[in-house]
Amino acid sequence: MLVKKGAEASLFLEKWHGRKVMMKRRLPKKYRLPQLDERIRSYRTVHEPQLMHQSKETGVPTPTILMIDVKEANIVMEFIEGEQVKQILHALTTEERRKLCNHIGVLIGNLHNHGIIHGDLTTSNMILTSHGKIVFVDFGLGEFSTELEARGVDLHLMKRAFQSTHFEHAKECFEAVLEGYVKVVGEKLTEDVLEKIREIEGRGRYISREER
Amino acid sequence: MYRSAMSYCLGIESTADDFSVGILSFDGEILTNVTSTYISESGGIHPREAAQHHAKIVGTVLTEAFAKANIKPKDINIVAFSQGPGMGPCLRTGATAARALASYLDVPLVGVNHLAAHIEIGKLTTGAKDPVTLFVSGGNTIVSAFDAGRYRIFGETLDIAIGNCIDVFGREAGLRPKEGMPVAAIVEELASHGRVLISLPYTVKGMDLSFSGLLTAATDLLHEGKCSLEDLCYSLQEGVFSMLTEVTERALAHTEKKEVLLTGGVAANKRLQSMLRTIAAEHRARFCVVSKRFAMDNGAMIAWTGILACQHGLKLPIEKSFVRLKWRLDDVNVPWMER
Repeated sequence: MLVKKGAEASLFLEKWHGRKVMMKRRLPKKYRLPQLDERIRSYRTVHEPQLMHQSKETGVPTPTILMIDVKEANIVMEFIEGEQVKQILHALTTEERRKLCNHIGVLIGNLHNHGIIHGDLTTSNMILTSHGKIVFVDFGLGEFSTELEARGVDLHLMKRAFQSTHFEHAKECFEAVLEGYVKVVGEKLTEDVLEKIREIEGRGRYISREER
Repeated sequence: MYRSAMSYCLGIESTADDFSVGILSFDGEILTNVTSTYISESGGIHPREAAQHHAKIVGTVLTEAFAKANIKPKDINIVAFSQGPGMGPCLRTGATAARALASYLDVPLVGVNHLAAHIEIGKLTTGAKDPVTLFVSGGNTIVSAFDAGRYRIFGETLDIAIGNCIDVFGREAGLRPKEGMPVAAIVEELASHGRVLISLPYTVKGMDLSFSGLLTAATDLLHEGKCSLEDLCYSLQEGVFSMLTEVTERALAHTEKKEVLLTGGVAANKRLQSMLRTIAAEHRARFCVVSKRFAMDNGAMIAWTGILACQHGLKLPIEKSFVRLKWRLDDVNVPWMER
């Protein structure tokens, strides 16, 4: 059953050997040249499970990979029961929201500490389970990198996600994320990453209200 | 036939290399649009030289606009100008002309956001109502859609603009603009003869894009001399346009809008148009491409957006009419979108 038709991949909820699983299929894109299309799809299909597996080792929950089919660009993974952070964030109290975002910051910090860049940090790619665990999904655009630039862009995307989908709480949410982030990454690196974000924002014609 | 008895807005666009004046009636009829473009010999835009060009031709362009529109200056009810984002010296030249004209005619002055204006003229000329817009030009690469009171930015470049990327590559390859054919059009022509797809970086981060790595890689390959220029142009275009289309499709899937609007100087590229047409069809959305005349920077878009803004009370006192070099699209008030 098709659960989500994304631009990059489609998600299907399936039964697989008696298990409820999520099947991520990267269907060919007609607009791209077939050679380029195959290159992108197979690269992401191999790369994504590697990132997800490594993330677990850093203490960031991700769905368990059950099978990979590079030729067809399919990934079969564990189905995570829960709700997207996107759906519940606005309904929380300020304190709950702060705590949740703080925890998200800790998780991002763990990834960055171990050279993992998620690549698409949005609140729809974080699932809150009934046990209160936050599971990160969709590493399709992720990469292994310890560069400041990559970390800066990653956090910058998180900030942008808050601004575009949770604009009423964007500031408090992102600040709470940073509080969590600094706990695991440390003052020095956080300051460097923040400096990088400012640079990125200046570069891409971003300028925040405060700095104007 | 001399026309008046209607309400008209005059718009001045001067964010970069074009100085353009457009005159529209309040009901959206485009009376005229006159543009003079600064062309440098070495390619690219030198902001100060462009501004000097603008200052020199303000009078000529205004006179020609009034003559073509067949109205008199006193028939103008609003003067609008591009307040940003753009190059400082160029913006200030247009702003100076607009202030002088508004105070001389004693009519309201309206500061217009250049990016919002591109979307508004696109909607006016194509009939699109609430599209996902891909705006691609020499200075901008933005995917935007209206949501909760603002044109939200769903994706944009993290470094250089797409038009800049193509232009710089073309110049590195020794291409020079010909009469009526900018460098990007020559790259498009060369690309149509390319056969071999060369592997270049493909950089999509979330909904944002990066073109600088790809540009460096393509330029390096060019100087190595092992690949043909046609194949490089072909590979560059396929790569960057696939990236743009991927990001636009994601915004389309996310917002579930029913229209895709393509505008900006790069919108004229046929390959980019065909890619976007494909995704629009797959999402059952209508594909609209803005005609070249109004996809390029133009005064008409400033005039039209000036009318919309003024009708919602967004007038600008002259003493507060500073230009805004980095005015973001998602900071613009668009009360006319609320219905």
